Amino acid sequence: MTQLLEMRDIVKRFPGVLANDRVNFDLRAGEVHTLLGENGAGKSTLMKILYGLYQPDEGELLIEGAPTRITSPIDAINHGIGMVHQHFMLVPSLTVTENVAMGTVSKRGRMNLRQVSDRVRELSESHGLAVDPDAYIWQLSVGERQRVEIIKALYRDVKLLVLDEPTAVLTPGEVDHLFTILRQMAGAGRGLVFISHKLHEVLALSDRITVLRLGRVMGEVEAQDATREMLASMMVGRPVRLAPDKPAMEPGGARLTIRNLNVMGDRGLPALQDLSLTVREGEILGIAGVSGNGQRELAETIAGLRKPESGTVEVDGADITGQKPSTVRAAGLAYVPEERQRDGAIGAFSVSENMILVNHRHPPMSRRGFLRNGEIRQRSRQLVDEFSVATPGLDVPASNLSGGNLQKLILARELSGSPSVLLASQPTRGVDIGAAEYIHDRLIEQRGSKSVAILLISEDLDEILGLADRIAVIYEGRIVGEVSAEDADRQGIGLMMAGVSSEDA
Amino acid sequence: MADIFSATVIVATLSSGIRLAVPLLLASLGEAFGQRSGVLNLGVDGIMLLGAFGGYFTTLKTQSPWLGLAVGLGVGLVLGLLSSVISVSLLAEQGISGIGVYLFGLGMSDLLFQKLVGTPLPAASFQKSPIPFLSEIPVVGDLFFNHSIPIYLAFLAIPVSTVIINRTRFGMNIRAVGENPEAADSQGISVTRVRYAAVTIGGILAGAAGAVLAIGLGIFQQNLTNAQGFIAIALVYFGAWRPLGVMAGSLVYGMVSAVVLLLKTRGIIPLGASDLAAMIPAVITVLALVVAARRFRAPTALTKPFIRGG
Repeated sequence: MTQLLEMRDIVKRFPGVLANDRVNFDLRAGEVHTLLGENGAGKSTLMKILYGLYQPDEGELLIEGAPTRITSPIDAINHGIGMVHQHFMLVPSLTVTENVAMGTVSKRGRMNLRQVSDRVRELSESHGLAVDPDAYIWQLSVGERQRVEIIKALYRDVKLLVLDEPTAVLTPGEVDHLFTILRQMAGAGRGLVFISHKLHEVLALSDRITVLRLGRVMGEVEAQDATREMLASMMVGRPVRLAPDKPAMEPGGARLTIRNLNVMGDRGLPALQDLSLTVREGEILGIAGVSGNGQRELAETIAGLRKPESGTVEVDGADITGQKPSTVRAAGLAYVPEERQRDGAIGAFSVSENMILVNHRHPPMSRRGFLRNGEIRQRSRQLVDEFSVATPGLDVPASNLSGGNLQKLILARELSGSPSVLLASQPTRGVDIGAAEYIHDRLIEQRGSKSVAILLISEDLDEILGLADRIAVIYEGRIVGEVSAEDADRQGIGLMMAGVSSEDA
Repeated sequence: MADIFSATVIVATLSSGIRLAVPLLLASLGEAFGQRSGVLNLGVDGIMLLGAFGGYFTTLKTQSPWLGLAVGLGVGLVLGLLSSVISVSLLAEQGISGIGVYLFGLGMSDLLFQKLVGTPLPAASFQKSPIPFLSEIPVVGDLFFNHSIPIYLAFLAIPVSTVIINRTRFGMNIRAVGENPEAADSQGISVTRVRYAAVTIGGILAGAAGAVLAIGLGIFQQNLTNAQGFIAIALVYFGAWRPLGVMAGSLVYGMVSAVVLLLKTRGIIPLGASDLAAMIPAVITVLALVVAARRFRAPTALTKPFIRGG
């Protein structure tokens, strides 16, 4: 096989960080080579260097054996390199055709969009990438938008395509479909770089896997010789348990009851329709679903951040429907929000201030309107230790913490009030494996010894399958099916996530 | 006093409304180009003032209003490039940097005027060029087809800009860069180059706006524009970033100005209240803006400097 790409001893420094430390990476025509690693391991940096978005400080880059300098995306495109970015590079106010045509080299002045649109149609048919060339991007689902990104690459006939976490927004069914297309593209002689941290996907798609950790290559393995445990350990640098040990529990009475909830989304369209759920003491109910199917609205409604049109929410029998967040908290709800940087903490506040954010209005944290620093520090110190939050000190701004440590801080704060119900939304998204493992253990512990009712909303199906006692699948604001953990299988849930109800499945 | 409702007066007023709308139309059309590419240029009024002085001074010295207009365009080009350097290359905070350009234009145009001219002298103006046959049509002819050539050209710029923005590759690049510069960059479009071009077009049109204003009046004075450059920025929002919308907003302003002018000359608005009356067009235009705006979305990347990989 021809060597498409070789990156040798690539070094990239950012202030205070060595993002790539003598990284070697190569790609042959016709293969899928995965870059695997945690957030901050340097995968994206390496690929941004390849695409001309960053310049390496050291090292060399060879394309088909020839030393090459890529100083801008234009260079990369001219060398036949394409990239499907994690955040789609599409202009919502333009059509599919216009997005594909954008930047392609041709004569000045009036565009021949007819030709482009014909070619888009052709590509979409020959590759099973159903998409309407005349639709505006804003009208498309995320799955469709991704197809547009792939069509963009095919239109330019790239030799080498980088896909940065392409499956994050897809249903399991869409992932299978994507993988079929990607294998087909590799079969046609293109080289693919797949960036991911989802182990089973990596194993399913790749020919070779290179694992990065803290900017260094930890090893390169053939996919057929690799196992999930082995890859996870390489990523983290120590042995890792992937599935948490979960003791059997007999759930008690209902603690969170949601009845016939109807909620409007931000665009004035129904986001939740007639949704009912019950979470019992000592139980984890997992809400599975593809991003944007009402999960955010559900969490916000329960937490008192969004008023429902109709329906009720009860915590321990007390009706908290449409109450303000402080009332909801007083009723016994703890909330780990999806957007931890935005909603879960105040970045400019110190670690200890964030630790007592919810309780700062009450004794012993404050008295007669004055904060009591001694008490606050003592409590924070205790929680930081108890939840092993890695922080240089109590007075550093929370924005300095890594995603995993910030999430531990939030979890520590939320659990410190001994809640009846814990609502955890995407608790480990973007969190490193070590912290995720820790957070999972804590959730299991709360479910067991503290008899908390836990509502776990997650787009990570592995997380749901590993933690939940029962799984409810949400699609377009409705619960389309509910199964117990024993009866759950990935394929059936995947179908429900795509809107096929449990009866049909 | 009843004669203000006579046909002649109404036609004359509307016709002068069209004339008064033109500087604003050019300035806001130019600003729309810049904003569609994601750059807010608050310096329009300063560019207009320097364009106005340049146009007036050249006309005064050469007796050629066309040469004056050309100098106005040139001044706009230079200041447009300067604004691009500040907001695109130096990544300045756009809510502030343009104010600097404005203050520079305000002060510099007055200084040059004091040093080079001193006492206001009237300069030559554009001649009316009635369009053969069309100008013969009663009412309509006088309204639309009996103006000077720059006025025709200004209105012609509207459909031309609509086509450029919506139907050409350059226009698509402008829109892409204003909505999602990262996407444009990753597709091999130079965000910097496109924004320079759009902002510079804005500068040229602002310079033209100033020159047309000064040469049309045949006079220059301190702060001649009376903040029309800022109204122009507001009109871009009112006009939802579209050339046609911008034209509609300019016409509202022009018409209201013409009516206020008429009422003043007829003594219906007392002399003592004339300063107050001068505010009316701006107030009405802003009110129209409040009512009409909010239906459309601004370009997503407006006021956000682009840094690759950042």
